[in-house]
Amino acid sequence: MRHVHWVKNLKELIRRTSTDLPADVEGSIRRALKHEARNSHASWVLGTILENAALARKQGVPLCQDTGTMIFHFGVPVGFDTNALLASTRDAVALATRDGYLRQNTVDAITGASFATNVAPSSPVVSFQQGARKTVDVRLILKGGGSENMGHQYSLPDTDLDAGRDLEGVRRCVLDAAWRAQGNGCAPGVLGVCIGGDRSTGYWHSKEQFLRRLNDRSEVTVLARLEERIMRDARRLGIGPMGLGGRTTLLGVKVGAVSRVPASYFVTVSYMCWAFRRRGVLLGPEGGVQRWMY
Amino acid sequence: MMKVLEYPFTEASVRALTAGQTVSFSGRIFTGRDRLHRHLFDGGHSPVDFHNGVIFHCGPIVQQVNGAWKVLSAGPTTSIREEPYMARIIEKHRVRMVIGKGGMGEMTREACRRFGCVYLQAVGGAGAVLARCVEKVNGVFLLKEFGAAEALWDFQVRDFHAMVAIDTRGRSVYRKVESASRRALTTVLRESGFARHI
Ligand code: SF4
Repeated sequence: MRHVHWVKNLKELIRRTSTDLPADVEGSIRRALKHEARNSHASWVLGTILENAALARKQGVPLCQDTGTMIFHFGVPVGFDTNALLASTRDAVALATRDGYLRQNTVDAITGASFATNVAPSSPVVSFQQGARKTVDVRLILKGGGSENMGHQYSLPDTDLDAGRDLEGVRRCVLDAAWRAQGNGCAPGVLGVCIGGDRSTGYWHSKEQFLRRLNDRSEVTVLARLEERIMRDARRLGIGPMGLGGRTTLLGVKVGAVSRVPASYFVTVSYMCWAFRRRGVLLGPEGGVQRWMY
Repeated sequence: MMKVLEYPFTEASVRALTAGQTVSFSGRIFTGRDRLHRHLFDGGHSPVDFHNGVIFHCGPIVQQVNGAWKVLSAGPTTSIREEPYMARIIEKHRVRMVIGKGGMGEMTREACRRFGCVYLQAVGGAGAVLARCVEKVNGVFLLKEFGAAEALWDFQVRDFHAMVAIDTRGRSVYRKVESASRRALTTVLRESGFARHI
């Protein structure tokens, strides 16, 4: 395995993720703009967002200065050397930081001291999954802190929300999370929702929903219907882009479900801002690019 | 309609602004985040004169190219984190404008009313567009102490756009949206539930 090769292409993945908003996200913002009144706050915000996306892509600069938590999902062949892959990933992060595609954005939890390269304990975040495959599937999400702060976890039943242990209860939790967030996670955002799990897997799977394309449809019919219903409801909240009012409060809701123990029924909601930075790449056994994704 | 503001600002000129107006101006802004606010709040030395000036809640991405600073991305950061410090800073330094995202709390709203300051919302995440407004980096302070993202940057900006979200009469766009959306949420939740019994 040639280290430099991997580092180069992983760094390119970071560059693309930070500077180039995916087409599905940009398309949904463009469609949203058509539904907002002319000269409204909402159209001003959405127009600026689209201008920003185009400018960042053209100039190759980060869309947003908060380049957030770097979350890498790797799918690797059975027996693949994940230690070497992790080392390459860390080097790629350090180089991308040096070149201004990532902000120096990682600090010591206690002292607040900055890690100059963004490489630190639990940074970047990585997960490896082995499977019957020949290539390495890499997906990267950059998740900004402002949006991360808007996540919520509910333990059902929740009497304040009148949310029982059923899908209506889930709907109530998700709408509550959307309301609490107002514009503070840089609305319009996307909600990733996980039903079930324990507290930690709930958050993990809620964020895995962000790997889905905005225009896909859940394979689970009832969840697909739930997603549509929540989107319809959210349009009526009137929170709008940046919480300044308008029709576009959310760009999407993606709901997944995993198992749970009978005693717990968690509904976990993660918020992704409009600067939804998600890219992927398929790398061959020697680290060469086979295909870019999203 | 975008209102073009004269720079430098005066107390009278910011008192003439109304929540909901979008404005544009060219002039100087100082960035500051958590570390700077804490520092000023604690009575720390201020390396610049904030009087009649602008504080921008922002931790930019900057690069040094041949000795000169280049701003790559410079959108607003969440302002509410500075709520414990902001009112005292406005009072002491007579800052006329605070720019950030997400709004601020009661103490800041009251300080805006009393001392003549407005809070503006810039478009969150619009780092590239706002960086393009920076014509020149006049200087940087507290860089070594706080790091690049937390340092005090002195930017010369041109055609910087933002929206007045909290004005000097205590009006707040966020409060209006928040209470209207609360009512809408109640209605939406009252309607027939989603497949309660499947
Ligand atoms: S929430 Fe997202 S768009 Fe907003 S500042 Fe953070 S990373 Fe940028």
